[in-house]
Amino acid sequence: MPLETKLNIADPDGFYQELIDSQRDMEEADAELMNCKLVLLLANHIGDRDILREALKHAGGRIG
Amino acid sequence: MLKTYQYPKFGYTPSDEQASGRIRRHQVVVIGAGPIGLTAALDCAYRGLEAVVLDDNDTVSIGSRAVCYAKRPLEVWDRLNCGERMVDKGVGWKLGRVFFRDRESYRFDLLPEPDHKMPAMINLQQYYLEEYMIAEIAKQKTIELRWKHKLISLKQADDHVVLTVETPSGIFTMEADWVIACDGANSDVRKMVNAEFTGRFFQDRFLIVDVVMKAEFPAERWFWFDPPFHRHQSALLHKQADDVWRLDFQLGWDADPVEEKKPEKVIPRVRAMLGDDREFELEWASIYQFACRRIDNFRYGRVLFAGDAAHQVSPFGARGANTGVQDIDNLAWKLKLVVDGVAPIGLLDTYNEERAFAADDNLLNSSRSTDFITPKSPTSRRYRDAVLELAESHDFARPLVNSGRLSTPTPYVHSSLNTPDMAPFHGRMVPGTNCDDAPVTIAGKPGWFLNAIGDGFVVLTFGAAPSREVAFGKVKARVISVGDDLIDVKGTLAARYDARPGTTYLIRPDQHVAARWRSFDPTTIERALARAIAA
Repeated sequence: MPLETKLNIADPDGFYQELIDSQRDMEEADAELMNCKLVLLLANHIGDRDILREALKHAGGRIG
Repeated sequence: MLKTYQYPKFGYTPSDEQASGRIRRHQVVVIGAGPIGLTAALDCAYRGLEAVVLDDNDTVSIGSRAVCYAKRPLEVWDRLNCGERMVDKGVGWKLGRVFFRDRESYRFDLLPEPDHKMPAMINLQQYYLEEYMIAEIAKQKTIELRWKHKLISLKQADDHVVLTVETPSGIFTMEADWVIACDGANSDVRKMVNAEFTGRFFQDRFLIVDVVMKAEFPAERWFWFDPPFHRHQSALLHKQADDVWRLDFQLGWDADPVEEKKPEKVIPRVRAMLGDDREFELEWASIYQFACRRIDNFRYGRVLFAGDAAHQVSPFGARGANTGVQDIDNLAWKLKLVVDGVAPIGLLDTYNEERAFAADDNLLNSSRSTDFITPKSPTSRRYRDAVLELAESHDFARPLVNSGRLSTPTPYVHSSLNTPDMAPFHGRMVPGTNCDDAPVTIAGKPGWFLNAIGDGFVVLTFGAAPSREVAFGKVKARVISVGDDLIDVKGTLAARYDARPGTTYLIRPDQHVAARWRSFDPTTIERALARAIAA
């Protein structure tokens, strides 16, 4: 199964607002730490190394 | 400075060959009397090779240095008759705790499997380890240990090596059929053969301190990330023998290595960690930095590299001395067969094949730990901190915490010496893997499986043995029948080796599986034996 790049989230505007709101009053450093936790939590949920590698590429990361 | 340990001084003795000026040819010359060189000498003696060890110093390791010894090296030292003494003196431990700032992030248990003679891990100061091996060497007629002998040049001839050596009496020449270079990370021998030694260098400094104190802390490995007493860096506390404790502080690259070693700098750091009320005495302090790199080939003609001379790793994971001992375990039996002319010289190239493979595995693990412990960018630090915070409450994050993956042997799964399986097997004992131990009885007496093998090739068969020996040319494999020669009292051996009646293993002299089958077929075993000696 390839990385889903078509919209897969119901109510995209609502999700985006929720994401921004979740960090609205945070210090920058706390928000960055939260982002890292979020990546780790979601990565673990996905689990599939091929999909994770594809996502790293789509995000502009360098793959060895 | 040391209060708990009296350093022995080994006197310099001028050798007859230097005094007489007659050049002698030695079978094996080992360069360096550290843990790996001493192991090399003992394993040479065990295999039936004569060895001379040269060391430019005249005592054991100054300071405790290497501290953690894992099961496999302990098994090798047990084969060499030193393992029990080390275990008796050492501190056994199995619990590791990881702290992030002021909270415990998680704890790990090495969960040692029962029914192995040797424990999962012990802590012991390096000087004890060396002292015990030197005591064992003194009992061996075929080992000569020469202190204050410094190698100053080395030249390879067609069928031997010419060594120029400096002693307090002057300079003289020796010859060796084979040289085992165990002269550490800054190996002179490596430079003398122009070998490449490449990898990653880490820009960080660490302070290691041994203190003597009476403390009720349990024998556990405590590792802190960014603790309140040492902000933004890591720290480690570990127990050794004689109430000596190893403390380790990450200092960062800007730290001054000379200043930081001074007691007036060290003591406040220790006090911050242990609390103001704790009484302690400083025993030894050192500053280190490290690299992860390895030599391009473990064999240069008649010079064979082992230990830190061949590969240098970070200290996280106790992979230095532990892997060096396994280099020797792999090398000595091969060297003996080549010296005896019963195996082709190509067998020695499999030393590079198998141990470079293991070194790369160690370097990978060591580099990963280092990247976790000393993040190289603000973002990688943030990921590291995120893992540590999540680990406290989230199961999935715990295996991501990397304060050092403790040394375990690397199976030689791709080795050209292995005979691939023809029948399905379960369990760990795939060809190329070091043999698991198990309790057995031999002639009615309780003992251990690994103590019953290791002196040569062994054919282990579960059930009646159709013959007592299998041979290829002059290389013989002794047949051991489970049920006859030894009794598998608890069934552990059969379980670990996934055995049924007829199951047969070919085991190498270094206690690694070479091949296995579901029945005993002498022709097939002979072919696997030939393969296992690169014939």
